[in-house]
Amino acid sequence: MALDRSDVKSIADLARLAISDENIDKYSTELSSILDLVEQMNAVNTDGVQPLAHPTDAVQRLRADVVTESNNREKYMANAPAQEEGLFLVPKVVE
Amino acid sequence: MSTDMHNLTLAQISKGLEAGDFTSVEITQHFLDRIDTLDQNDGGINSFITVTKDQALADAKAADERRAAGNATAWTGVPFAHKDIFCTDGTLTTCGSKMLSNFVPPYDATVVDNFKQQGAVCLGKTNMDEFAMGSSNESSFFGGVKNPWNKETIPGGSSGGSAAAVAARLVPAATGTDTGGSIRQPAALCGLTGLKPTYGRCSRFGMIAFASSLDQAGPMTQTAEDAAMMLNIMSSFDEKDSTSIDQAVPDYTDTLNNDIAGKVIGLPKEFFPDSLDSEMAATVKAAISEFEKLGCTVKEISLPSTDLAIPAYYVVAPAECSANLSRMDGVRFGHRCDDPKDIEDLYKRSRGEGFGDEVKRRIMIGTYALSTGFYDAYYVKAQQIRRLIKNDFVKAFEGVDIIMGPVTPTPAFKAGEHSGDPVEMYMEDKFTLSCNLAGLPGMSIPAGQINGLPVGLQMIGNYWDEANMLNMAHQFQQVTDHHKQTPANI
Repeated sequence: MALDRSDVKSIADLARLAISDENIDKYSTELSSILDLVEQMNAVNTDGVQPLAHPTDAVQRLRADVVTESNNREKYMANAPAQEEGLFLVPKVVE
Repeated sequence: MSTDMHNLTLAQISKGLEAGDFTSVEITQHFLDRIDTLDQNDGGINSFITVTKDQALADAKAADERRAAGNATAWTGVPFAHKDIFCTDGTLTTCGSKMLSNFVPPYDATVVDNFKQQGAVCLGKTNMDEFAMGSSNESSFFGGVKNPWNKETIPGGSSGGSAAAVAARLVPAATGTDTGGSIRQPAALCGLTGLKPTYGRCSRFGMIAFASSLDQAGPMTQTAEDAAMMLNIMSSFDEKDSTSIDQAVPDYTDTLNNDIAGKVIGLPKEFFPDSLDSEMAATVKAAISEFEKLGCTVKEISLPSTDLAIPAYYVVAPAECSANLSRMDGVRFGHRCDDPKDIEDLYKRSRGEGFGDEVKRRIMIGTYALSTGFYDAYYVKAQQIRRLIKNDFVKAFEGVDIIMGPVTPTPAFKAGEHSGDPVEMYMEDKFTLSCNLAGLPGMSIPAGQINGLPVGLQMIGNYWDEANMLNMAHQFQQVTDHHKQTPANI
């Protein structure tokens, strides 16, 4: 599977990754060669094989719906790149 | 107290502290001095991203007081290091990335907490490939790590800092994580014992996620005995990790001296292809013959889906990483770009600037594989292949107790040798990936040297059979001295 420049741009867009124009050709070559590798999977017929989601087939464990966290708001906010009055700041989203 | 304390194993340090041969403060200072002169200097090994000197000395002092009060355990006052993928409350945790180069976690990973409860002394956080994606440690934002055996070569990855630090005796042992070989491959290339436990054995809470269905923490040590000592406290059932399995943790040191005569070793013919380097094949087979001398028998087996492990892994791991790394968005923590013009620009430039090349490649492959219309062809297909790989192992373990083969195709390669071609680098993990896809425990133990560089013997055990693997590895280390070799000038 070969990915061209526009494929790479649209994948980067989906992944919310800014990539520079001069790197697009490099990524297109590299990603295409990774996909060629991946497509070796097609050599084997897997019809009817149950996909393996957990190596020991464990199922999702549930817990009681009770509060277990204590309030550490200030500590959690300490890593925020921009904040005001205990809220995360982002550029304006709604006009 | 002697000047070569750094050559002691974990078990010896534990006994030395108990006997009062030295204090925790003395041995901690000794290792910190070595880190200063061999690692953090110009041209040094660069195995540490952060050295927590003051905290370590305070913890050592507290450990000595705990011992004096009569409350010491085998681990109290014993120095070690954590891979910089484990969140440490109040201590920088970067995961080898610019994205997290300013991230100070507000909590401890469960594995970190387990060591703290014992009063163990963490000396710092070790270097690694960015977000654990790599096999050479060259993708770290904080620079590559030198292999102490030959500083022109790489130490392996992604736990390359942990491996190099132990090989250079800057710490007696370190934690690692293994998603596709990231404990076993660097352990092999640096002459260490490394163990990736069964999926679900060690808690993943607070261990920064790469590929959640594959990631597992484990020990990187000088000996199997030390690995057992470390696995004893790394293993625990954890309510905070939904994939943690509630399985009793045995004392892994109890069974190290069991007789291994009569054990059946399976050698998969797919692990010894005609293309395998002849010296590697000879070294690994010579190590296996030592087990025969100990009364084990060897049987050829087949794991027919082995060649499918690389393609399946390079769907599953990137797909899961693209989902896991979506949390790095420049809003709540981590790198943020300057002057974002809108929210899209904030996301894209923060991520574009914060992530390195290999991480970007894997996020893009994963995003593509999970995108509308491709999910069945890639992710579901890869998960079906995982089932075939697991089935191969389940069948093989009906007739054998353990599986053995090489860890890597070659000894350590030179820095820069594979960095131009990602697919070539991926081949480095061809013998280690299937273990992660099946969720089985795998181990690397020193098997000998090729051109002065160490190589490993891989052991793959049945589910929850870590005690058996450690027992076999320990017995092997009683009759061989590969694990006792150290790099020159260390």
